[in-house]
Amino acid sequence: MLFRPVAAACAAALVALTGCSLTQSNASPRSGSGPVSVTSSAQACRLSSTRVKSGPAVFKIRNTGSAVTEFYVYARDGRSIVAEVENVGPGLSRDLVVSLAPGRYVTACKPGMAGTGIRGTLTATGTASSAVAGLSGSAIRQATGRYAAYVRAEADRLLPATTAFVAAYKAGDDARARKLYPRARTPWERIEPVAESFGDLDPKTDLRQADLEPGQRWTGWHRIEKDLWPPAMGYHALSPAQRATYGDDLLANVTTLHRRVQQLTYTVDQIGNGSKSLLDEVATGKITGEEDVWSHTDLWDFQANVDGARAGFTHLEPLLQVKDPALAGTIAAQFAALDRLLATYRQGGGFVSYDRVTEAQRKRLSDAVNALAEPLSKMTGAITL
Amino acid sequence: VLGVAGAGALAGAAGVAGFAAGHHDETAATTAGAAYPFHGEHQAGIVTPAQERLHFAAFEVTTDSREELVALLREWTKAAAAMTRGEPVGGGSPAPYDAPPEDTGEALGLTAGGLTLTFGFGPSLFDKPGLGLAHRRPRALRELPHFPADQLDPARSNGDLCVQACAHDPQVAVHAIRNLARIGFGRVAIRWAQLGFGRTSSTSTAQVTPRNLLGFKDGTANLKAEQAEDVEKFVWVQPGDDSRAGWLAGGSYLVARRINMHIETWDRTSLREQEGLVGRDRQHGAPLSGGREHTAPNFDIAGSSGPLIARDAHVRLAHPDFNGGTRMLRRGYNFTDGSDALGRLDAGLFFIAFVRNPDVHYIPMQTKLSAEDGLMEYLQHTGSGLFAVPPGARPGEYVGQALFET
Repeated sequence: MLFRPVAAACAAALVALTGCSLTQSNASPRSGSGPVSVTSSAQACRLSSTRVKSGPAVFKIRNTGSAVTEFYVYARDGRSIVAEVENVGPGLSRDLVVSLAPGRYVTACKPGMAGTGIRGTLTATGTASSAVAGLSGSAIRQATGRYAAYVRAEADRLLPATTAFVAAYKAGDDARARKLYPRARTPWERIEPVAESFGDLDPKTDLRQADLEPGQRWTGWHRIEKDLWPPAMGYHALSPAQRATYGDDLLANVTTLHRRVQQLTYTVDQIGNGSKSLLDEVATGKITGEEDVWSHTDLWDFQANVDGARAGFTHLEPLLQVKDPALAGTIAAQFAALDRLLATYRQGGGFVSYDRVTEAQRKRLSDAVNALAEPLSKMTGAITL
Repeated sequence: VLGVAGAGALAGAAGVAGFAAGHHDETAATTAGAAYPFHGEHQAGIVTPAQERLHFAAFEVTTDSREELVALLREWTKAAAAMTRGEPVGGGSPAPYDAPPEDTGEALGLTAGGLTLTFGFGPSLFDKPGLGLAHRRPRALRELPHFPADQLDPARSNGDLCVQACAHDPQVAVHAIRNLARIGFGRVAIRWAQLGFGRTSSTSTAQVTPRNLLGFKDGTANLKAEQAEDVEKFVWVQPGDDSRAGWLAGGSYLVARRINMHIETWDRTSLREQEGLVGRDRQHGAPLSGGREHTAPNFDIAGSSGPLIARDAHVRLAHPDFNGGTRMLRRGYNFTDGSDALGRLDAGLFFIAFVRNPDVHYIPMQTKLSAEDGLMEYLQHTGSGLFAVPPGARPGEYVGQALFET
């Protein structure tokens, strides 16, 4: 199943964490002031007010010029970015929601997206106690660094597991290959948004038959899955030579993934949105049994997607605890509830075959996924506010 | 070309002028009291300003008698002409007390409601033994190919005949299909049907652009009735287009696709991603490259990382500039059939388009969209149909007469 690469919330997403306006808390949502209108033209950057109450502030940026514009709120030094909106086309409007501690700030419109912009000042009034401690750069680096280590560890599991699976398949040991198939896919499904972010690897590796374009060659996990769990009628088994071709191809792509993740870093929003999209995967593909239509090992992938989503949450949780502890508590409780429900389908070292899960049971699983996915979808916005 | 629809629009306008006076965005042509004549050069329900409601039905032909089929088309034509005038089937003539009424009755006292009934012939009709139509089958009339990520339900796909009933009042549209199905018993049987509750396209510049269930304005760049030259070029089959199917000249092809939306996951998606996938802003429908709703998108204008309108944005991939200049007249409807077994909304877009040649004006674009459109992550095509829509019936003719008698 395909993932869409998550749109980065900040420019140059892999680099600039400070650009994500992570330095303030969004607690006490009732304080603050009405929206500040920002009019960005070729020559001017007009704010309807340059004094706001500390706490959540809303800027409504309207681009009246003819060039693409950006709006920045900098710290007093005029360099550290507190918040930004980019890519506002001519004639368009966009909202920026940011939490401001008391103090002085520098604002800037950047028509044409270049240079230092048309600058002004902004004051957030109030006392320091109205704003809770913000997020430190080191806390952010720690969270994102640990998530990167998690991805590398899963890739380290994926490579030998796939190697063993492909070896059994090529050797014609179907019983062993069938046993290894869901186990090898588990680390893959935990980090699939990362694989998807490369664009080329996911289609080669994880495309389902129904997703094929006319003339497109079907390769990867599900091609082999169908050969190991063939339909009763009208299927021609792959020859040993074909098995070698498809097996080697899968292993080569997994090896490429393993190599590519070694140097990869992630932003907070990539991690958060990756968690959200893993649950989308569960909601649209696994719950319906469309992912592993031949092997019915969907619950293995289901659990792996949930594991991957939880890893994202766990690594971001210290940041979310600062920004919105209630949301963090809700998400943690829903992860636990979903895990308890999934545990009832465990059998032996794995899970029951999904074709033996009834409609009513699927409904309960779906309800539990929705109960988690809805609050989880708010995590990125809560942290990056 | 537009004389028929135009005349209908004027007729409707007379009756509802008082009501329409307060509406700045829509003319009387699109309001509830409009009536469109059934007969004309082209069938109504194509360039007619899209009505608010849909009842679409696909039929299987159960008779193998050509005469019976022709008789049915005659009866359907007569009933359709009456219903589009706002009259009951059978003209309301008295019937024995011990007989069931000829008209089913639920539209009595209602206006014509802008009802149009548009008839089409599916590819399988031409394979039916006994009907003798094989040699008249249009070249482009085949089942649509499998597009990437299709998850088609055979019970919601294809058919020998189709009827598109559009009206401003859902009761009027349902009444029409119900009565046509009743007339057809023994000769045709319903294969599948779809209700649509809100139009997602404007087919006239007099209409405001509606929203689809993704929450975005849909069909801003749709082909409009007023663009006469493009309507000729992209909608109506021209004489000489198909030597085997001269009978189709003045007609069109109807593409139907039931497109489910993953509503719940879409609703959890950030506005940034939603607008990025569509390529327009949600509030006003302006392209992300700037301007207002009807400003032409600028696909080259750059943002901080890549073009402002992303390479996989729907508005880019569906735009004529990236499809050899091709335009489509879309006439789709929002639908919901309640919820599925998992409690998810069974809802989406019932896509309808009228094209001159599906091999040129639909299939290449859909192949590309299914493979590359970022929105596809939230969409699943679950039903499909392609039908040849014959030209309009002139007074005294029945719909599709040219197929059987020339």
